[in-house]
Amino acid sequence: MKGLLGRKLGMTRIFDESGKVIPVTVIEAGPCYVTQKKTVESDGYSAIQIGFEETEQRKLTRPEWMRLKKVNLPPLRHLRELRMSDVSGYEVGQKLMVDLFKPGDKVDITGLSKGRGFAGVVKRHGFAGGPATHGQSDRHRAPGSIGSGTTPGRVYKGTRMAGHMGNHTSTVQNLQVVMVDPERNLLLVRGAVPGAKNGLVLIREAVKQ
Amino acid sequence: MSELLKSVERLEPNPNIPPLAPGDTVRVHSRIVEGDRERIQLVQGVVIRIKKGGPAASFTVRRIGAHGVGVERTFPFHSPRVEKVEVLRHGKVRRAKLYFLRGRGGKSARLRERRVETPAE
Repeated sequence: MKGLLGRKLGMTRIFDESGKVIPVTVIEAGPCYVTQKKTVESDGYSAIQIGFEETEQRKLTRPEWMRLKKVNLPPLRHLRELRMSDVSGYEVGQKLMVDLFKPGDKVDITGLSKGRGFAGVVKRHGFAGGPATHGQSDRHRAPGSIGSGTTPGRVYKGTRMAGHMGNHTSTVQNLQVVMVDPERNLLLVRGAVPGAKNGLVLIREAVKQ
Repeated sequence: MSELLKSVERLEPNPNIPPLAPGDTVRVHSRIVEGDRERIQLVQGVVIRIKKGGPAASFTVRRIGAHGVGVERTFPFHSPRVEKVEVLRHGKVRRAKLYFLRGRGGKSARLRERRVETPAE
């Protein structure tokens, strides 16, 4: 398992050699630092913790900063853990760059989706809504029936209704890496990734290869 | 838009395409794949639309095909498949989108020529 933290810059389109247009998301990925190694012996599971984006020391609490200082790392804004069965290839303090990935690789990308607030059933679940005409009043975006009558006498759990949408952690699997630019720390993947521009994203090797 | 994102788009003008204007009569050489071989296809007609939009910018060429049927083809400015564009004639037009040509054919679809001083080489 390899992974990086990055920042989503936005989407654009590029042409491949044959002249086909590829929609891509541009991510500024890394450099990340390995900030901690967790092993089965010491922690009960094995993982590495990676940190991204140097920041000012005053923006971290003293415990956060001191533990990074102890391993000679700059103050880092974001820390995330990557579970992996074998951590032997990693050293604390090691710098991880975007060249971890190469074009053609499949990656899973996790981000915090854009918050949509309290959304109705048309936006949230793609319901069709009611008829626009023929004497309808207040039924244009209504959900319709939410269940049967006396039997069962209740609304089933999990029935799709209006509610809070977005602002949850979301992962898109099997995105294809289109281009890697180690000079500018850029990673281009085909398709969309969750989150707003400048949102933090976690890029991991695809689970389902 | 972020500078880094812009740098990916690499928006230099396509060296294969001279500056175009609506009303120009052009001949476009585009590479097309036919079965398993590639050849150059020519399209000659009037530029009726230039669409901006960064990497998605395009222009549309209208020509009159067989039996007087109008044919329009749109080419992206940044496509590597556009091999060459020749400007044959500049038309004198007063608007940016020449959609009015669609309703016309024959004599009424002509555009008056705009003479451009070409610097002596």
